[in-house]
Amino acid sequence: MSRELTYAEAIREAIDLAMARDERVFVVGEDVGVYGGAFGVTDGLFQKYGAERVRDTPISEAGIAGVATGAALTGMRPIAEIQFMDFITLSMEQLVLQAAKLRFMLGGKVQVPLVVRTPAGAGTGAAAQHSESLENWFVHVPGLKVVMPSTPADAKGLLLASIEDPNPVIFVEHKLLYRTKGVVPEGDYITPLSQSEVKRSGRDLTIVATSLMVVRALEAAVRLAEEGIEVEVVDPRTLKPLDAEPIVRSVCKTGRVLIVHEACKTGGFGGELAAVIAESEAFDYLDAPIRRLAGLDIPVPYNRELERRMTPQVDDIVAAARRLVREAR
Amino acid sequence: MDDQFADLPPARLQDLLHQMMLIRAFEEAAEQLYLQGMIHGTMHLSIGQEGAAVGACAALRPTDYILSTHRGHGHCIAKGARVDQMMAEFFGKETGYCRGRGGSMHIADVSTGNLGANGIVAGGVPMVAGVGLSIQMQRQDRVALVFFGDGAANEGAFHESLNMAAIWSLPVVYFCENNQYAMSMAIARASKIERLSDRACAYGIPGVTVDGNDPLAVYRATREAVERARSGGGPTLIEARTYRWKGHSKSDKQRYRTKEEVKQWQERDPIARLAQQMIEASILTEGDLATLQARVEQEIIDAIEFAKVSPEPDPATILEGVYA
Repeated sequence: MSRELTYAEAIREAIDLAMARDERVFVVGEDVGVYGGAFGVTDGLFQKYGAERVRDTPISEAGIAGVATGAALTGMRPIAEIQFMDFITLSMEQLVLQAAKLRFMLGGKVQVPLVVRTPAGAGTGAAAQHSESLENWFVHVPGLKVVMPSTPADAKGLLLASIEDPNPVIFVEHKLLYRTKGVVPEGDYITPLSQSEVKRSGRDLTIVATSLMVVRALEAAVRLAEEGIEVEVVDPRTLKPLDAEPIVRSVCKTGRVLIVHEACKTGGFGGELAAVIAESEAFDYLDAPIRRLAGLDIPVPYNRELERRMTPQVDDIVAAARRLVREAR
Repeated sequence: MDDQFADLPPARLQDLLHQMMLIRAFEEAAEQLYLQGMIHGTMHLSIGQEGAAVGACAALRPTDYILSTHRGHGHCIAKGARVDQMMAEFFGKETGYCRGRGGSMHIADVSTGNLGANGIVAGGVPMVAGVGLSIQMQRQDRVALVFFGDGAANEGAFHESLNMAAIWSLPVVYFCENNQYAMSMAIARASKIERLSDRACAYGIPGVTVDGNDPLAVYRATREAVERARSGGGPTLIEARTYRWKGHSKSDKQRYRTKEEVKQWQERDPIARLAQQMIEASILTEGDLATLQARVEQEIIDAIEFAKVSPEPDPATILEGVYA
């Protein structure tokens, strides 16, 4: 059975299912208890599971990451919430130098099965310190997995997979997706990590997009189809370890690729995707240069119009796709 | 014999003395091997601090956890690790505790509850709150003790961890080895307060300062903290005052302290002190001491031999262990 849920409800349902079947799973973070989380994602879990397993912390992001790492190391399955992805900068040491490395550094003798859930992204008028998209910082760190769901069904299945995974997972949610609705299967299911998915098939152009940009790319694809341009949209879903094969296969088919993400362009995940494609057999099939459409290299501005211009919008994707289809190598 | 050893039977005291001597011999051998070019990288020696490591671990059970520091060889041995597997790790061999991937700074022995040394100052301090929470949530009869130095006490993460452990009454012992210097920074220059244990009052938990070169005093202070933690009384901050005889690492020219200062502390050698106490109490003879010394030397010879003959990691396995 399936029914429509919001992205936030789908995440909550995943946490609820995991907590119900596994006593080792617990939620820890700022205002996750009675308050229900800054974006309401953990709403109701405190009432169901109590203060021990839905644990409010002081404002201590390094401490939260440390608690999650230490607990994961000794038999628990923590789900830590970092209230805004911007604040994860305060957790970096524990996540990057401890959680990510412990298994390798100790000769493979330990596991660190933790999940850090964190809302990223601009579009809420929260300005430069509450709008970051820092996923690629973590992609660069061996030992971490990085997951970015774009739909409610993926959010649920990928979160359940992340909780079951024996490794540290950075689970990046998007604030503007929380209220989006989609069909979500009931009950327990897993959407495997490291499986890219073709969200829409097309022959003229591949768009590889992440998180909110998948939704925008799909909207753009509908408009482009009206002009006779058939776009294939591929969502990596797990940025690391990346399942490159569906992306490469798609580019081999279309010969053109546009990469879209919200994070700043320079040093963003798009550069990695472009390199993966360029190094693959898809290179020989390219009819035009690989193009990236990404956030401007500026802090997220407060002003409504400036903020809108900072990140790729549907119009921008349509225009970039149109240009790319007309380009010849 | 007075009652100074009433809580520790002679055989146990000999164990503690043996552990301290083994730590000393292990580190002296490691340093020599480094100078001979047999071991690469760097190492942080705890020579002079053995009383703190052994006294603290003596108060723990095998099932209790420790988290250690970059100066962690003593903690590792005191918690029960094997010196041959430690030495093999120094040599970067496949038989080492970390399969040659960690080296001196990351030795862990999960089987004896040692969750690992740490290359980051205060790296283990936030984690210990998680280990304590894990123990508490799983209703286990365990305690987690984190070693850290005076330098770590000035990291921001120290505050977050102590505060969280305090509000949740976690079964944790915060054990600060104040060896007077954070690399070159003297504690008197790095902190305005006289006793680091005074910081405990900021978290509403007990704090105690103890002579770190007196292993029995360390043992008793730690035992009290461990009992409190085990019985639900929450964390304690212990400051053990000690001194590292050697430089911070292998690059240290020691411009920040005088030879006289080092010599004064060397006269307070924790090993000589316990041996002397035991001899005076007639529970150890000079002959016993010589026997112990010979045993320790043989253990180190065997460890080095084991390390030398052990295989190197197979380069084909280089990618193993990044993910579980």
